[in-house]
Amino acid sequence: MCLAIPARIVELENDRAMVDAMGNRFKAKTTLLPGAKLGDVVLVHAGFAIARVDEEEARKTWELFAEIEDFEKTQNRISG
Amino acid sequence: MLDRIAKAQQQIDHACRTLGRPITVMEVCGTHTVAIFRSGIRSTLPEGLKLLSGPGCPVCVTDQGYIDAVLELAQRDDCIIATYGDMIRVPGKDGSLETCAAKADVRVVLSSEDALQLARDNADKTVVFIAVGFETTAPASAVVVKEAAREGIKNFCILSGHKLILPAMRALLGGMNDRVDAFLCPGHVSVIIGASAFAEIVSDFGRPCVVAGFEPLQIIEALAEICRQLSNEKAELKSIYNAVVTEQGNVAAQRIIAECFEAADGYWRGLGKIEKSTLVLKEQYRRFDAFARFGLSDEPGEDLSGCRCGEVLCGLIEPPQCALFATRCTPAKPIGPCMVSSEGTCAAWYKYGRRS
Ligand code: SF4
Repeated sequence: MCLAIPARIVELENDRAMVDAMGNRFKAKTTLLPGAKLGDVVLVHAGFAIARVDEEEARKTWELFAEIEDFEKTQNRISG
Repeated sequence: MLDRIAKAQQQIDHACRTLGRPITVMEVCGTHTVAIFRSGIRSTLPEGLKLLSGPGCPVCVTDQGYIDAVLELAQRDDCIIATYGDMIRVPGKDGSLETCAAKADVRVVLSSEDALQLARDNADKTVVFIAVGFETTAPASAVVVKEAAREGIKNFCILSGHKLILPAMRALLGGMNDRVDAFLCPGHVSVIIGASAFAEIVSDFGRPCVVAGFEPLQIIEALAEICRQLSNEKAELKSIYNAVVTEQGNVAAQRIIAECFEAADGYWRGLGKIEKSTLVLKEQYRRFDAFARFGLSDEPGEDLSGCRCGEVLCGLIEPPQCALFATRCTPAKPIGPCMVSSEGTCAAWYKYGRRS
C-alpha cells in the first residue's frame, strides 16, 4: 500500500526530517525512531522512519528501485 | 550471486523430490506478492512448490462493511476524507471514493501527518483519516491521534481499520486454509513487531516461518530455507532480513500502538470475524474514533456479487479461477479490491502472471 523506501536524513529538527532517496527529497518524521541522527539512512514508510538501515542494504534497494523503474518504462514502451 | 541462486534451487529441488508431496508456501505481504511476480521467481520453481498470496494486502483484507462506512462518510458535506491512495478506487455498491469525488471532498495523503494538517487548515470541516493497514501503518495513525489530543484539535478523527497479521495467520491455519505448509513472513511488518513475533506460529502450528526482504535473491533463499526445514521435518523461525529487521522489532512503535489502541474482534474480507485482530482506539482516545463520532456500523458488509476476493485472500483459489478475472474485472475497471490495489493478488496476476 505504501512503499517503504530507504532514505538519508539530510535535515533534522526535533522529529521533523528532510530525507533524500536517490536524489528525491521529501519530509519524514522520526517520532518512531528516537535517536535517529543527521546522516542516518532510515526506512521510510507512510511518512515515518521505522528502522535504521545499513548503507549496503540501502544501496541494494535503491539499485533495485532504479532497475524496476527502467524495466517498467521499457515494458510500457513495448506494450503501449 | 549465481552460485547462491544455484544452491538455493538445489535445496528447493531436493525438498520437492524427497518429500514426495506438493509444498505450499504462503506470503502475507502485498510487497512480496508484487516482488515475487515481477522477478519471475514463480517460473523458476519446480512444479511441486506452490507459492500462494495470503491476506497481506491491507486494502484487500478490509471488509466491505468498512468500505461502506467510508462511502457513507463521503456523502456528508461536513467532512473531508483523507486517505492513502490505494483506497480511493475500492468499489462499494454505489461506486468508489473516486466516483463520488464530484460530491465528496476526498484528499489523497501520503502520510497520517498530512491528514492532521488538513484538519488544522480546515477548521470548519471534520477531517476523517481512513486508517487502514497492518502494524506498519498503525503507529503512524497513533502518532497523529496523540498529536491531535495534545493540541486539542477537535475536527479530526480516524476510521480505524488497522489489522494485526498474526491473528489472520492463526485463523488461516486454524481452519480457513490449513494446507499452508510454511510462511514467508512480511519484511516491513516484521520491522515493527520483530522477527520473534512469529515464534508462536512455529510453536503452535509447527509451520516454518522465514522473514525475508524483497530482493529476488532473498526471496529465493527464504524459500530454500523453508524447503530445508520441511525436508528435515523441523519447523523453525528464521530471519534472513537482518539488515533491517531485529528480533524485538521497533519498540517505540509497539509502545505507541499499545498506548492508543487495543485489539478487538474484527471482520476481514474472506476470513470473516477474527478474535482480537483489529485495532480500535482506547477509551481515552475514543473521541477521535470516527465510528463512534458518526454512529457508523462496524458490522460486516455484503461482498460484491461474483467477486471471489475472499477466496483469493485465503489462498483457496488463484485469480484466474474467478470467472470475472481479466474479462469483466481488470485494473482499469476493477470489480474487487484485489484488482484495485497495486499490491492485490488479482492485479499482480493480471500484470505479470499472464502470457499474451
Ligand atoms: S478477478 Fe476481480 S472479481 Fe475476481 S476475485 Fe479478483 S478482484 Fe474479485
